Amino acid sequence: MKRRHFITKTSLSALTVLVGTDIVFGRLIPSDYTPLVVQETDPFTLFSKDKGMKVLNDRPWNMEAQAHLLDDNITPNKFMFIRNNGLIPTTIDVDNWTLTINGESAKKQKTYSLAELKSKFKHYTYQLTLECGGNGRSEFNPPAKGNQWTVGAVSCANWTGIRLKDVLNDVGITKDAVYIGYHSADTHLRGDASKEPISRGVPMSKALQDETILAFKMNGDDIPIAHGYPLRLVAGGWPASASGKWINSISIRNKIHDGAKMKGTSYRVPCHPVGPGEKVEDEDMCIIESMPVKSIITYPKTGALIRHQKKLNIRGHAWAGELDVRSMKYSIDYGATWKNCKLEDPINRLSWQHFSATIEFPRKGYYEVWARAIDSKNNAQPMLLPGWNPKGYLNNACHRIAIKIV
Amino acid sequence: MKSKNKSLFYGIAGLLAVILVFFIIYGNQKDQSNYKTVETVNNIEGIKNGIHMNTGLVEAEGLPLVIAHCTGCHSGKLITQNRLSKDGWQETIRWMQKTQNLWDLGEDEKIIVDYLSKNYAPSAKGRREILKDIEWYSLEN
Repeated sequence: MKRRHFITKTSLSALTVLVGTDIVFGRLIPSDYTPLVVQETDPFTLFSKDKGMKVLNDRPWNMEAQAHLLDDNITPNKFMFIRNNGLIPTTIDVDNWTLTINGESAKKQKTYSLAELKSKFKHYTYQLTLECGGNGRSEFNPPAKGNQWTVGAVSCANWTGIRLKDVLNDVGITKDAVYIGYHSADTHLRGDASKEPISRGVPMSKALQDETILAFKMNGDDIPIAHGYPLRLVAGGWPASASGKWINSISIRNKIHDGAKMKGTSYRVPCHPVGPGEKVEDEDMCIIESMPVKSIITYPKTGALIRHQKKLNIRGHAWAGELDVRSMKYSIDYGATWKNCKLEDPINRLSWQHFSATIEFPRKGYYEVWARAIDSKNNAQPMLLPGWNPKGYLNNACHRIAIKIV
Repeated sequence: MKSKNKSLFYGIAGLLAVILVFFIIYGNQKDQSNYKTVETVNNIEGIKNGIHMNTGLVEAEGLPLVIAHCTGCHSGKLITQNRLSKDGWQETIRWMQKTQNLWDLGEDEKIIVDYLSKNYAPSAKGRREILKDIEWYSLEN
């Protein structure tokens, strides 16, 4: 006779008090699984996040900012979105943390300690835009399943670390290398040790860019646990899922990496455009690489009531994946006319750019301010939703805020 | 004061009885086949304004089964923030069975899919919605 042993007498009564009748389902809980109610705690305290952040999911933890919270030029931790596919590692032994480089196209397998990585290779700091591939998913029609991100799954922090290419070259890359894939210390939701929650990667061309780094600091401090402490791969301008957290291994592959969330429909869009709601076969789905041109108005917060004949100063950020933003425009008449914003150059490649403008409103009433960025290849943000896709990725429709002149 | 103690006593006694029944039923249960049966209770506790407070799920027919099969492993928020058709929810269950170790739901599946597609169905929103839920505030600049 098999018996579940996860419930000791004390935890059973504690659970019963906490969840009432739900304990009847206790029999279903895997033996190595901590019931949600026991691990639940205040995410704002747990991750040092601002109270204005929105929790989309608590198992796994997913939180997003609001447009007006992203006003800082360099995103502080408290306003940085959290996107997890699995469970955050519960124990991290920094002293014994290692990074192993392996794979078909690695000349040899090599393991480095954290201290070795930090002392052996030159340090670089870049400000890098990380946006979730599904940012804006909530607007798609028909709806796509997954976390219903609005506009806040984007950040641009300073990341300090070593170039991935320096480490890969130290190990040696064979000529047939195609892709790198990362492996991490997070665990699967159901506690199945044979499953990786996520193991994605990038082609060699992206892996070997100067700005693709193995980071150990964010905004000058240790990376917060929710963002990948003690070692994170940062590949700015691509879906943030390519920037693996809690990295303990990188494989140099002789084919496109086939880890968890690389195949099927994950982080993929139809290779050819499809109509809304159309069924797309897996083999017709292509991996997302660079993120599209996009911008957000971070000041003022939507809903501002402004006295007639007062000018309004707006500001925000714009980014364009691998590209630069070349110009930035705003409209207060639903796109009938556009005016230029002042646009700053990026501090480094793959960093967002800041824009500002001063707006005069002709008369009292309801207005929407629309923001539209145009990239260096002349792609502009659409005003309506871009092409529908089964998983609701890449919504870069222009950001809108509501204003009333009173 | 006296009646308070009394109700506390009955509460604890009731709780102990539930725990006892739990062990009598499950403690002696033999391993089942690959179809997992779940026990549910008729009266789910912690419902406020039609919402089950622990999971955030809508109180409706099938709720106990959804709690039993779904929210043990993932957050109720994964359900409540999504809107899918019957086919969409069905497909999501298949995907979880294929990739996430979800078990065979047996005859509970129909009730669960009905619950989800009835309470978490998509609404038509066109190519772009109007701006909603605006909190107006005075901006002096």
